[in-house]
Amino acid sequence: MPINNEEFRPKIVAFCCNWCSYAGADLAGSSRLAYPADVKIIRVPCSCRVNPMFILRAFEKGADGVIMCGCHPGDCHYSTGNYYARRRMTLLFSMLDYIGVEQGRTRVEWVSAAEGVKFSTTMNEFVEKIRSLGKNVRLEDLRCRN
Amino acid sequence: MQRIGVFVCHCGSNIAATVDVKKVVEVIGMEPGVVYAEDYQYMCSEAGQEKIAAAIKEKNLTGVVVCSCSPRMHETTFRKCAEKAGINPYMVEIANIREQCSWIHKDMEEATKKAVILARAAVAKVNLNTPLQPGESRVTKRALVIGGGIAGIQTALDIADAGYEVDIVEKTPSIGGRMSQLDKTFPTLDCSACILTPKMVDAAAHDKIKIYSYSEVENVSGFVGDFTVDIRKKARYVDMDKCTGCGACQEKCPSKKTPSEFNRGLNTRSAIYTPFAQAIPNVPVIDPNACIKLKTGKCGVCSKVCQAGAIDYEQKDEIITEKYGAIVVATGFDIIKLDNYDEYAYSQSKDVVTSLELERIMNAAGPTKGHLERLSDGKAPKNIVFIQCVGSRCSDNRGKSYCSKICCMYTAKHAMLIRDKYPDTNVTVFYIDVRTPGKNFDEFYRRAVEEYHVNYIKGQVGKVAPQPDGTLMVHGVDLIDGKQIKMEADMVVLAAAIEPDPTVRKLATMLTASIDTNNFLTEAHAKLRPVESPTAGVFLSGVSQGPKDIPETVSQAGAAAVKVVGLLAKDKLLTNPCTAQSDELLCNGCSTCANVCPYGAISYEDKLINDHGIRETRRVAQVNTALCHGCGACTVACPSGAMDLQGFSNRQIIAEVDAICR
Repeated sequence: MPINNEEFRPKIVAFCCNWCSYAGADLAGSSRLAYPADVKIIRVPCSCRVNPMFILRAFEKGADGVIMCGCHPGDCHYSTGNYYARRRMTLLFSMLDYIGVEQGRTRVEWVSAAEGVKFSTTMNEFVEKIRSLGKNVRLEDLRCRN
Repeated sequence: MQRIGVFVCHCGSNIAATVDVKKVVEVIGMEPGVVYAEDYQYMCSEAGQEKIAAAIKEKNLTGVVVCSCSPRMHETTFRKCAEKAGINPYMVEIANIREQCSWIHKDMEEATKKAVILARAAVAKVNLNTPLQPGESRVTKRALVIGGGIAGIQTALDIADAGYEVDIVEKTPSIGGRMSQLDKTFPTLDCSACILTPKMVDAAAHDKIKIYSYSEVENVSGFVGDFTVDIRKKARYVDMDKCTGCGACQEKCPSKKTPSEFNRGLNTRSAIYTPFAQAIPNVPVIDPNACIKLKTGKCGVCSKVCQAGAIDYEQKDEIITEKYGAIVVATGFDIIKLDNYDEYAYSQSKDVVTSLELERIMNAAGPTKGHLERLSDGKAPKNIVFIQCVGSRCSDNRGKSYCSKICCMYTAKHAMLIRDKYPDTNVTVFYIDVRTPGKNFDEFYRRAVEEYHVNYIKGQVGKVAPQPDGTLMVHGVDLIDGKQIKMEADMVVLAAAIEPDPTVRKLATMLTASIDTNNFLTEAHAKLRPVESPTAGVFLSGVSQGPKDIPETVSQAGAAAVKVVGLLAKDKLLTNPCTAQSDELLCNGCSTCANVCPYGAISYEDKLINDHGIRETRRVAQVNTALCHGCGACTVACPSGAMDLQGFSNRQIIAEVDAICR
């Protein structure tokens, strides 16, 4: 499929924990389950390593959506990491919503190492959602723009 | 400033077919910090690694980025390569341009663009990498095997024969597992007990093996080489040291109405029981839910007849805490509940049985003493119908999506044994496909068809209807002739799907071992590391990892044992150096980090700090790197930003974010 340059191509950052979601993304890859190239994955040891600062930074730098994936609650490699992450993200996302970054631009999803299909569907859905929301300008620091 | 080399792998055509590798090399070469970039067909090959090593030496590289497959695949390979060439292995980063780029995108331009961005992010990260030194941790030279079936027994025997101590924890009163319930085994038709019981005896007699029967793992803490495990030894109400295993108590016990678990509920057992005659240990347990003495305080017959004085109604559960270097999960399987398959009348008719129940019926020690008879009226069945794939290969949520793998073979075995012993009996098998890969397996199945004239019908059964005269009407379809079939049967046998033992779910959580949607444990790599869990020090054996038959289970058990022995043979293990680190100048000693640390790795210390000329004693956090696992929870919790994670530092991740959003 040729890319239509006119079409809006969002910038999407995905934080994936090393043990479940990153492995899930690998499985999606080895199973050839396509999702748009707009998604770029950053590997972190655990979802609890994702500092809200990283997400704010991404929006500041012009990201249109940020998704964080971790192990299913109860299955964290470090026992409790994803519980912390879940609470932090709930607070952060409601704050982002308050300052005008729509809830749809942020998402938390639990993807296990065996859920390649889930990873791919989640990313497809998320990209679709961001495309419908359009470009994010709310938090973008214009000084950061190239 | 780092001197970074970027190495882009073609991975044959896996990457190169979708990503323009030359273009990636060209663009990434212009990134600040990158002094050298090249591409090669297979970077992981010896020649590829030599290229990296040569470039490190010739160009004086301080950091390396390899654009290739997932770091889960070859990160260690490239780190070792860098180390050999003289730079710190933690100066290597991988840009995953295969699993997360070339394999999922079709458009070359788009994929190339993404590959460049991923490479840039990796370069940005390496720019901030610092050399890291792994620490050392000790190895407890003892292994734990959870589950005492054939998988667990074989693993334990192999580990013990290599000279290491090993404990087996089995939740039922005896080791033996599912295999002890089987009558004969395919494809050789030798009797299950004859090949299993000697192994059980070997395990019990081995001086390096300790068996905790009627026990369950309660809690697991620690990490590879140094696990601490709490084992709950359930109250047996029988003193194991005193009991002689004479069996008088079981004979005299007045409470005999409990369905026997071992015989799949087809007959009953006493309240004090050993599951089967060859049980190991041959010491009975009292079922507190059935025992009259324990429920009402009156009775005590077993205590009176026990000449050894082994009965102890006051016994309590006991928690034993042990240290292990490695843990093997061999929890096995059960067959699914058939509640969702009401059309087969399993709950309505006693003559509809599962294959495992048929094993017990055919077994000489079973409820019918090995005589094939209908459980409703004790008559010999003349027409037997086998229904395959009950709950296996199911496309909806009713059953399991996978093939249970063993059913085609054991059904052929059952059919053959019945036709051999009772030549007047007609045997029909309804199947979707007959799957018999394996050594001598297809020959075995063909014997059932050609030599024993078992009637195989390709097609599914829609309904089994119990008739007033006690027979069963089987409504099916023959897919080859395209005809509907109505067939009268005296007995119907369901090949129910197998599923992992329900206890594995809780266990996986305790061990932080990954588990898939079907509750099978995930292996570290589906092809290359099939007996290891992604969690270091945890190994997989038997059906807990996926459906398999006895020969496969035994080979996997051996493989898991070798991995355990390989681990226990080491005196020290290198620990992950990506641990948290506290900046004493920023730390205000608030304890937030210690509160979120799941490992208790953070402590506080009063320390003399020189902060811009001000010398004062402050309470600051200290990370015990031996305990820290590097999850990073503390780094985010820290309000002053003093905590950071080596290898995944704030600056590194932000650099990646910046590179991606650029």
